[in-house]
Amino acid sequence: MKPLCYIHDLLLGLWIVFKRTFTKPVTVQYPEERPYLPPRWRGRIVLTRDPDGEERCVACYLCAVACPVDCIALQATDNPNAHERRYPEFFRINFSRCIYCGHCEEACPTNAIQLIPDFEQSEYARRNLIYEKEDLLISGTGKYHDYNFYRVAGVKTRDKDKRQGEHELPPVDVRSLMP
Amino acid sequence: MIDWSHTALTIGIILGGALMLAGLLIWVERRLLGIWQERYGPNRVGPGGCLQSLADMIKIFTKEDWIPPFADKAVFVITPAIVVITALMSFAVVPIAPSFVIADLNMGAMFFLAMSSLAAYSVIIGGWASNSKFAFLGSLRAIAQLLSYEVFMGLSLMGAVLLAGSFNLSDIVEAQRHQWFVIPQFLGFLGFFMAGLAEAHRTPFDMPEAEAELVAGYHSEYSGMKFGMFFVGEYLSVILLSAMTVILFFGGWHGPWLPPVMWFVLKMAFFIVLIILIRATWPRFRFDQLLSFGWKVVMPLALMNLLATGGVVLWKQG
Ligand code: SF4
Ligand code: SF4
Repeated sequence: MKPLCYIHDLLLGLWIVFKRTFTKPVTVQYPEERPYLPPRWRGRIVLTRDPDGEERCVACYLCAVACPVDCIALQATDNPNAHERRYPEFFRINFSRCIYCGHCEEACPTNAIQLIPDFEQSEYARRNLIYEKEDLLISGTGKYHDYNFYRVAGVKTRDKDKRQGEHELPPVDVRSLMP
Repeated sequence: MIDWSHTALTIGIILGGALMLAGLLIWVERRLLGIWQERYGPNRVGPGGCLQSLADMIKIFTKEDWIPPFADKAVFVITPAIVVITALMSFAVVPIAPSFVIADLNMGAMFFLAMSSLAAYSVIIGGWASNSKFAFLGSLRAIAQLLSYEVFMGLSLMGAVLLAGSFNLSDIVEAQRHQWFVIPQFLGFLGFFMAGLAEAHRTPFDMPEAEAELVAGYHSEYSGMKFGMFFVGEYLSVILLSAMTVILFFGGWHGPWLPPVMWFVLKMAFFIVLIILIRATWPRFRFDQLLSFGWKVVMPLALMNLLATGGVVLWKQG
């Protein structure tokens, strides 16, 4: 009896939905009750500093290249007085375009750019969604506390010569490598 | 003099009550749908969110009221009024308690049918005057649906009329003092309720305004308070459908212990909640299924029901 089957199913559906009256809603009542965001949650982007308090970003443009929606704009500059190394003259992220994919963070060799668990970025004017370097730069190290790119990179800086970085071996005399 | 003030008071209470209830229902429906989908629904404005409709109204009044340049202006503007007026007119014959009715017409049931047919025009000319594809498709569907479902709305209602021997709605309620008509007239009740859902274009018969496919169907082009009128009209017709179902098949104000008005309101509330539950659960009909279901299933059932009822009534008379 197919019609009876249909009727039974329709009424069963009504009953199943009606039973939902007595279950607790899954909604999180947002402003009062806040959801737990895991530390690796991809939200607002920050530029971090290394443990010595200097900007991590070396203005390598890798994040800008990796960004699928092209929302990062920066300009590298070399200022030997202040830094002895490259750093971004300006660094601008257009959050009205950003899709919070995290590709920039993955591309960054210095762990400078990081996505943090914060999503409350609403603005009344769209232009306020364009963050400049002073909005992005924080004074801490973000998610990676001990990482300092220049200590592990094999380049010469203010306080260390070539081959003096962490985990680096002493210079090899190529002539002694003869078989 | 006294008679007049009494009538005016009744009109005020019933129409005002119906409009207030319609406003409240907009919130109740959203809240109930939310609860049944494991959400909260609107719960911010006022205690439990019950002033949500007020907030919506303020919002809708401050919205731009746009009449599309390609629309037929006069008809376009008049249509939302027809929706609300026809729905409110029908409330004139709804007996809420003994002699608590605006107009105790001898042809009350007929008047109700006539008004629901007039309400169909609002949908049709609303879609026509909007002069856009989606509105037009919506009103085309509405024409086919309302025409076919109106037929057996009348037919299934006649069973109750036959049993009571009167078109007067108060008499029909009075005739159910000992037994609700839903028992001898179960088929009639099903037919009437389905046709009523179709008249009010509620799920599963909401083809004319199928949001998922037609934007908003026949009222796609309406904005501001005109859209609000359509909205209120829909809820008015939900209330009306529940009220008429209670009157025709569920014994109107009859019931033990509680005062008659309370019984009427309780029964009506039950059907309103049922209609919302149906919306929360059942999917929409496909259009060809809708028509073939109407003409091939419900229509013969309604006719047979009417025939059998007539036979029994004649046989009982001897
Ligand atoms: S999160 Fe993705 S979209 Fe946003 S800036 Fe980084 S790479 Fe670009
Ligand atoms: S944030 Fe990282 S990837 Fe982007 S320019 Fe600076 S160092 Fe390079």
